Amino acid sequence: MSESMSIEDTAPEPLAVSAAEPSGLRPPEEERWFDDEAGPVVRLFSMTRGRVRPAEEGLFDLISLIRAVDQVELFGAEHALEPEQHAILRLCRDEPLSVAELGSYTDLPVSVVRVLLGDLHETGLISVIRPVPLAQLPDERLLRDVINGLRAL
Amino acid sequence: MASVHSDTPSCGDPDKAGGLRSAAGSPWGAVALKILVAGGFGAGKTTLVGAVSEIRPLRTEEQLSELGRPVDDTAGIEAKRTTTVAMDFGRIDLRPGLALYLFGTPGQDRFWFVWDELAQGALGALVLADTRRLADCFPSVDFFEQRGIPFVIAVNCFEGTETYAPEDVREALDLDPGVPVLLCDARRREDGKELLIRLVEHVATRR
Repeated sequence: MSESMSIEDTAPEPLAVSAAEPSGLRPPEEERWFDDEAGPVVRLFSMTRGRVRPAEEGLFDLISLIRAVDQVELFGAEHALEPEQHAILRLCRDEPLSVAELGSYTDLPVSVVRVLLGDLHETGLISVIRPVPLAQLPDERLLRDVINGLRAL
Repeated sequence: MASVHSDTPSCGDPDKAGGLRSAAGSPWGAVALKILVAGGFGAGKTTLVGAVSEIRPLRTEEQLSELGRPVDDTAGIEAKRTTTVAMDFGRIDLRPGLALYLFGTPGQDRFWFVWDELAQGALGALVLADTRRLADCFPSVDFFEQRGIPFVIAVNCFEGTETYAPEDVREALDLDPGVPVLLCDARRREDGKELLIRLVEHVATRR
């Protein structure tokens, strides 16, 4: 039924997915992103120079918060960066963003973002806050803050 | 956007004006928490994430290489070198320096290994149930029970469907008595908020 729907080169709106979901009749929208739609695989590999994971395993959780360090220009390393790494630094210059958000805003798979972040971390261009380990969670005050924050929405 | 100076700490306005940037003068007081939104296909996961998030729901992709794939349950995907899993998520700034991320879990079956990663460090989970296809949420319930991750069942009351008493749903899902079962309309922001509040209260009682 959706044969005539053109997806061309524009990404589908995420909201379109949510609108389609409750119907439950169509195949998942995301299936169109497999195979060819999944993106330029060769380019991604060259961007990470063939690496599939960053040096430090576990540093870049989906909700690890990344922030560009303040004086990026002092490092003089930025000329060696990939354009995508520049984009990442720009995105998280003013406020920390999660790894998941960086993936979404750069339109890159999270696995690629992790490798790029690994390089930025090694050169000292970003700082990282890992999520609170589960064992330390949840502190009662934090939970109360969450509940209060939700009520105030 | 680039004109904002990062050396101006916020002045305690709790109304999330500054996002994570303004965490009490230091952006590094920032804490990010994660809640999963699970349930069968079409149960309303993405709808709920969108209804309560302050940003438009985002989508991120995980590309899984041969290396990242578990050895079991590879039926049907042998021919692929990589598989792409899409995850929808949203963010709520609860106060300066405290962000809550909601992740819709990707389709069940093939993507359990992504669930494992998502579940790591999660505060808890909302499991959306559609009473027309209640069995669809069995795998989610099992998953969270086995890992000891606190969850609540949110029965999404679609228009035109018979409503069930929460107790009937509890019985059908064979839930522990302590697991809250709530009725909701996943499209309503207020309902989403209430579900999250009840979940966090449930998390608090378990500690």
